[in-house]
Amino acid sequence: MTDTGSTLPDLATHDTSPKLLRRNAAIRGDRPCLREKHLGIWQTMSWGEAAARVREIACGLQTLGLERGDRVSIIGDNRPVLYNAILAIQSHGGVPVPIYQDSVADETRYVLNNAEVRFVFAEDQEQVDKVLEVKDDCPTIETVIYDDPRGLRDYDAGGLFSIEFLMREGRAWDAAHPDFYDAEVDRGTADETSIILYTSGTTGNPKGVVLSYRNILVSALNSVRLEGLRETDEVLAYLPMAWVGDHMFSCGQSLVAGFCVCCPESADTVLNDLWEIGPTYFFAPPRIFENVLTTVMIRIQDSGWLKRRLFFHFLEVAKLYGKKILDGQPVGTAGRFRYALGSTLIYRPLLNTLGLTRVRVAYTAGEAIGPDIFDFFRSIGLNLKQLYGMTEASVFITIQPNGEVRSDTVGRPATEVELRIEDNEVQFRSPGVFVEYFRNPQATAETKTEDGWCRTGDAGFVDDEGHLKIIDRAKDVGRLNNGTMFAPKYIENKLKFFPDIFEAVSFGHERDYVTAFINIDLEAMGDWAERNGISYASYQELAGLPQVYDIVQDRVEQVNRDLAADSTLAGARIRRFLVLHKQLDADDGELTRTRKVRRRHVADKYASLVEALYSDRDRCAIETEVTFEDGRKGTISADILVRDIASTDAARSAA
Amino acid sequence: MNQAAPADTDADPAASGPILNLNRISLAFGGVTVLDDVSFDIREGEIRAIIGPNGAGKSSMLNVINGFYHPDDGTITYKGETRARMRPDQAARQGIARTFQNIALFRGMSTLDNIMTGRNTMMRRNFLWQALYLGPARREELEHRAHVERVIEFLEIEAIRRVPVGRLPYGLQKRVELGRALAAEPDLLLLDEPMAGMNAEEKEDMCRFVLDVNDEFGTTIALIEHDMGVVMDISDRVVVLDYGRLIADGSPDEVRGNEEVINAYLGVVHD
Repeated sequence: MTDTGSTLPDLATHDTSPKLLRRNAAIRGDRPCLREKHLGIWQTMSWGEAAARVREIACGLQTLGLERGDRVSIIGDNRPVLYNAILAIQSHGGVPVPIYQDSVADETRYVLNNAEVRFVFAEDQEQVDKVLEVKDDCPTIETVIYDDPRGLRDYDAGGLFSIEFLMREGRAWDAAHPDFYDAEVDRGTADETSIILYTSGTTGNPKGVVLSYRNILVSALNSVRLEGLRETDEVLAYLPMAWVGDHMFSCGQSLVAGFCVCCPESADTVLNDLWEIGPTYFFAPPRIFENVLTTVMIRIQDSGWLKRRLFFHFLEVAKLYGKKILDGQPVGTAGRFRYALGSTLIYRPLLNTLGLTRVRVAYTAGEAIGPDIFDFFRSIGLNLKQLYGMTEASVFITIQPNGEVRSDTVGRPATEVELRIEDNEVQFRSPGVFVEYFRNPQATAETKTEDGWCRTGDAGFVDDEGHLKIIDRAKDVGRLNNGTMFAPKYIENKLKFFPDIFEAVSFGHERDYVTAFINIDLEAMGDWAERNGISYASYQELAGLPQVYDIVQDRVEQVNRDLAADSTLAGARIRRFLVLHKQLDADDGELTRTRKVRRRHVADKYASLVEALYSDRDRCAIETEVTFEDGRKGTISADILVRDIASTDAARSAA
Repeated sequence: MNQAAPADTDADPAASGPILNLNRISLAFGGVTVLDDVSFDIREGEIRAIIGPNGAGKSSMLNVINGFYHPDDGTITYKGETRARMRPDQAARQGIARTFQNIALFRGMSTLDNIMTGRNTMMRRNFLWQALYLGPARREELEHRAHVERVIEFLEIEAIRRVPVGRLPYGLQKRVELGRALAAEPDLLLLDEPMAGMNAEEKEDMCRFVLDVNDEFGTTIALIEHDMGVVMDISDRVVVLDYGRLIADGSPDEVRGNEEVINAYLGVVHD
């Protein structure tokens, strides 16, 4: 490997993604670029091969008549060929518009129409069907190109063909016009649109966030420098390609640093693939870390007494010293020795079974992570850090620097990011600030100020050490009728930090007191039921058990005690709650595709339950429409108990 | 499923000749007549459903086809060769594979190993070679493994490759069993109630796999199924048995309108 191979690119000359691809093919052509498991074996594509494939697809798009600035959609799981397609579209001056692979027809239709997409790359039959279903409503669509031909042989829809065919056409074009590809790549400039990413949007229709090459690549370069990422790093690309994080990690940073992106075999095999690949750089939303910890705890409960004793003993040791050692704080010799012993016996083997041994940097973002979960992973030696960002910022707003990682803040402003708090709301200015919302000047003006600041919509403050602390969405922070501040997300997060609570939704704005819907976690609560010999036939039955209500009440009371400790929020303690009879689901519109609760929608849908919470009734019957995976609808009905904890709580605070 | 169904009729299996011809098959156990003078054929590349009420002789019919039962009377012509009796291992070698009504998998073995057993009849090296895992046996095993991996990919069961089958939910076990039958690269695939005991979603998945097998590999499929919706949707032709007798044979639409079939299903009293 030459010296140039390990240095970072100069963005003045390599100012677009296709130019960076060309650079990587030249200086590290034999290094791995993408990996994919095929027939049970990991297959590697080098930067040289990737560049060749991108060239073929780009020339193939030329034969279809793609013009600079045309929008092209990509819809499917993380597959190397789809990543190639993104770069091919960009090489030709087109604009990739990735779509969430699990979005339903309505969402797909909206994006395809809003972006006026001409061509679509679809992974397989499932995605092709989805596009064909809405094609009649989307007059701009000309061609659908698929990767996996399975089940598509007898489709005779016009304008549907395989990517193999496209590449063949591309090769022929390339042979006849050998200078074409490079000339197209050279025409690209830093301020051109590199990608449009649709934000899932907790309210209203999704908005297309237009990001330039400058946005993506400057942010990528800054973050690569900050974390010292290099070409030998490996990541597992398992989060949706339509999400800005994946685009930043798997495209932006990978192109800048030259590291390898591995695609899981299927969505179900991610944990196993993680173990096989052993990434060095890892991103996961809090939910994944929660799941992993829950699984670990369940398996430890089921293991032999010796293992269990060792595990819990060394977990205490880790709590005492682990975080300090990771943060480089002084720890005595005895402590270091005990931690080293625990590391050999428990922590390293545990990280190994999770596939996290080689991780140098792990990020979590998207939502607040439970302090217990966060501290657990840090204490066993995983360098897990919080990150605060959004699509409109090209991901990075704040990052926790090494040595200053705490569970209750999201860190300091990232390189070249300025931060200010206006009227409780966090605002930032950086090279990553998006260009505009696609064809939506009104929304753009509402989000971007004239002097280049971008509103996040999050309420927060900067603490004494310069770390940003996020409380809630600014518009969600409300007040009780008596004027007490009510931060629903803050309360919900505290509830969700308990492993047996999957989701919580709290109410209180312009009400007399605070109430909450609780969604239990089937796995954790089910395991508890199993260990205690309690039988149940369904989620609904489990959720309605009085013992489960007792557990949840205990959790709620703990949260109330926490809230009481904070003077501004003390008045916003939970008075009444109920346990929902079904798991909140994105298919029913209750969660966003990135799995955040759509509070208003939930409040509307379960209006009768909310009403019951603010009455003196102790139960409420409800019928709910649910959507199955294939789009059909059904209803489930339930009679839900409402638990009142005001009396005990009031008695306690009076005492 | 609704997209795939019309595509399937386009293939027009009627144009091809029969892969299997059953001529006047009769079978009795002691005094009980199980099959009574049943004749029908299965054409190459078609999906042929065998339906009928409980005890109509459907599973016995499959057992006759793959040589597990020997008919008392009648002949079977498979790929142009006529014979009265065929041993199950001969049937397997000649490209007939099947799944069972009650799952018959090795419960302690992984999905991968179970599907590997489907390749057993094709392994040329004997037990000793395989145990030593030397040159040729090793090469052979790798080839078989590659084929099994294609089956795993086809059936989308990558995630359970290493999981012992006994730990899998029922619907997935059914899919593994289909995988084992597919591993033998059959020309004729016999499915005995592939969707029994499944929920709507699992059924739909299974239908898709059955259609895909037929479509991708051109495999002829004979299936027994109770779910009429499934039968009418995916099969090219349907044969109806009742008390061991053939009472109807034709396209799904013809069968649906047949008086005798309606009576059989609604339970008209037999003399």
